[in-house]
Amino acid sequence: MMKRLVTSSACAAIACAVPAAAQDVAIVNATVAKGDGSEPVAGSRVIVRNGTVSVVGPNAPVPANIPTIDAQGAFVTPGIVAAVTDLGLYDVGAVGASNDKSAGDARFNAALDVAPAINPSSQHVKVSRAGGVTRALVTPSHGNSLFAGQGAVIDLGADANAVMEAKAFQMANLGERGARLSGGSRTAAYVELENALREASAFASGSWEGEEALLTRADAAALVPVINGSQELYVEVERAADIRNVLGLKRTYPKLDLVLVGVSEGWLVASEIAAARVPVIADALDDLPASFEQLGATQSNVGRMAAAGVKVAIGRMSGGTDGHPRSAAQFAGNLVALGKVPGASGLSWGQAFATISSIPAEIAGHGGKFGVLKAGAIGDVVIWDGDPLEVDSVPSRVFIAGIEQPLDNHQSELAKRYLDLDESQLPKAYDW
Amino acid sequence: MMRAKALLMCVGGAFALSACTAAGSGEGSVKSASTANTGDTRTEFLGEDGNVPFPSTYRAYPGADTLIIPTTVFDGAGGRIDNGWVHFRDGKIVAVGGPNTAPPDVANVVDGSDKFVTPGIIDIHSHLGDYPTPSVPAHSDGNEATSPTTPDVWTEHSVWPQDPGFSRAMANGGITSLQILPGSANLMGGRSVTLKNVPSRTVQGMKFPGAPYGFKMACGENPKRVYGGRGRKPSTRMGNFAVNRQTWLDAIAYSENDDAKRDLGKETLVGVLDGDILVHNHCYRADEMALVMDMAKEMGYKVSAFHHAVEAYKIGDLLRENGVCSAIWADWYGFKMESYDGIPQNAAYLQREGACVVIHSDDENSIQRLNQEAAKAQAAGARMGVNISDADVISWITLNAAKAMGIDDMTGSLEPGKMADVVLWNGDPLSVYSRPEKVWVDGALLYDANDPKRRPVSDFELGQPGAGDVK
Repeated sequence: MMKRLVTSSACAAIACAVPAAAQDVAIVNATVAKGDGSEPVAGSRVIVRNGTVSVVGPNAPVPANIPTIDAQGAFVTPGIVAAVTDLGLYDVGAVGASNDKSAGDARFNAALDVAPAINPSSQHVKVSRAGGVTRALVTPSHGNSLFAGQGAVIDLGADANAVMEAKAFQMANLGERGARLSGGSRTAAYVELENALREASAFASGSWEGEEALLTRADAAALVPVINGSQELYVEVERAADIRNVLGLKRTYPKLDLVLVGVSEGWLVASEIAAARVPVIADALDDLPASFEQLGATQSNVGRMAAAGVKVAIGRMSGGTDGHPRSAAQFAGNLVALGKVPGASGLSWGQAFATISSIPAEIAGHGGKFGVLKAGAIGDVVIWDGDPLEVDSVPSRVFIAGIEQPLDNHQSELAKRYLDLDESQLPKAYDW
Repeated sequence: MMRAKALLMCVGGAFALSACTAAGSGEGSVKSASTANTGDTRTEFLGEDGNVPFPSTYRAYPGADTLIIPTTVFDGAGGRIDNGWVHFRDGKIVAVGGPNTAPPDVANVVDGSDKFVTPGIIDIHSHLGDYPTPSVPAHSDGNEATSPTTPDVWTEHSVWPQDPGFSRAMANGGITSLQILPGSANLMGGRSVTLKNVPSRTVQGMKFPGAPYGFKMACGENPKRVYGGRGRKPSTRMGNFAVNRQTWLDAIAYSENDDAKRDLGKETLVGVLDGDILVHNHCYRADEMALVMDMAKEMGYKVSAFHHAVEAYKIGDLLRENGVCSAIWADWYGFKMESYDGIPQNAAYLQREGACVVIHSDDENSIQRLNQEAAKAQAAGARMGVNISDADVISWITLNAAKAMGIDDMTGSLEPGKMADVVLWNGDPLSVYSRPEKVWVDGALLYDANDPKRRPVSDFELGQPGAGDVK
């Protein structure tokens, strides 16, 4: 006998304060977008067993005796993956003591590792979770070097274990920022890079110069997995010429596992990026010459790169004023909108959703593991109250690894308190 | 030489001047009644040439007698007409009708089937031109952060009309009018300028004819941080208020002193006290907004709108009673301490209380999506049971903005006689999937998605990668 749950009942805050063990759940009568680039399919099903997606499709058999949710036609998707973000690294951007994004006064750079700084209870984690974000590639910001340090893959579950993969990638900048941090010019940045990789090679082979070296021991050690290709090197770069230079690094360092980040002028060199098989995490909607390395910026950048065969995710939505991670779906929706603009290059709905789900997961080396609804993937599942890419939609229920998540946070509590302004009996402070 | 120093107090040109009162005269000055013929409504001292300084030279570009039919019309004033039409000619809205009203016989008919028409979108808070792209230090012209009060500076003297951001705001956001403000480093940042979003070689060629000036003020963290960090007053919120109040008292004394020599800053402050210049006050916290409204009562001026106002939802009743608009983001929060309590329901909760809501950008990217931001704010309210019609939501980015900027008798809604500032959207403007298809400013077609040449390209962009590209 099937146990029916009510679609609209989100996990109550207290009930979910300590998340249950991985659940079995069958979601039926859903419009399922798998996140793999395919278009949504109505009347479909998603079955999660022991926290893992077991089967997806209109004819997926529903096991007996597992909780079943009738989605009543609602969209069901994999959780959104926030690619290159600062989730969990700060509470208030401008409150320095609460902000672990960068460490400009540190003695180290490449060795910096965001993992111990991640705060799973951060309000931004909670707000993003309520926005359907279930995993994130968290990066440090640049402090004193073209190397910012090592990012992590995290989940946004309401539990203590946020970090799924620490030291998942090294973040570097070889554009204007990296040039400034290296002494004032791209010329210096490339010497810094070359020296760092050489010293890391020496460290790996046991011939490190020790106190003669420019890198600290910790930084040299941290770059070893970069040069041997076991850790991805994310490189922030915008200008076409800089993109070409980064692609060219593979000639000298063939093992580098490169990912381009930012890439406003990628459309000008899209075929070269595609030929190099280097994936991109792009700013979705940059269309202004914000700097002299972004003169060619256009919202059609992502669509043009995708059409040229580049694997493109969208990302770099950080807190504050430049689009929260929960805005990822809105930004992806804008790429769909371009399809109706003459001369512009957009994406199909399915392609657009993949830029915020399966593609960032693949880029992070977790293809098929999350960001997609297919057998064997982690059970990160979101049920939406409308079209996920539309601005008026939010999740009604969120599961991470099969565990239903609380969707409350500081904002939702304020919204409840101020649903009216009635203080006739007691001040608002008693309304909680 | 006799220096004309008339402080106009009223709307209109020379015809109306006999009804004006004048104040703040000095040096045996005269009240010039013969030269203020620009249609400006602003408080102004006239120049040696007898004109208001830096007068608008904007003239509407030619436009066709145009009928958009059939289409869905959001009139900006809370009205919606399905199967409707919009007629404009000679730069003005002639008529708006529905399925039961006979449209006029016009040669230039635009098919609006499956499309939507709104008034031109208005951004009440922009830094296009004074913080233009490319965002290099040489372009940083929005904060005269050398004194906590700089009421003497005028934003128009900082605006770079070649900012490529103006074109993006038009093409992607349907922006036809916008207010450019000084930044928020100072308690009193200076005069704003209201522009038509029309490419021009000069800022005067963009100035909205007849728009009153605004006056930028800022409370909270920014002024006390900027000046406290330099070891000077104000370094606290109480310091902020002390400096403000003394500055107002000095301005009142100035206005009562016929012998005072001209003082640019005080002229602006007196313009505020006289109600000719509208106060736009950057302020985040509810408690601080309440204090500012009391300060305004004490000193005898009015706040037109609080900007950013992330906690406005906590005092919607007070804001309604004081008749102050809140110009807000849909959901920005958490980037500074005073933005920590931002919630996506801010706009809807204000509307629930009957307070005036304006959605603003303060951002060269977000200005391209004010329609989406408004839709997000609407949906956040609906989820809490606060339902607001699509037509009312459109007023958040049209007529309400115009009201708070003092230009609502000229634009902001599709009413006969108003400026034909019109956007034809290729779908529901409250959907993420819709974009402007055509944008008219004073009846002139200045953007057409179907015509690559009907797209402004700034001088800066010529010869650069992607010049004239879709953006």
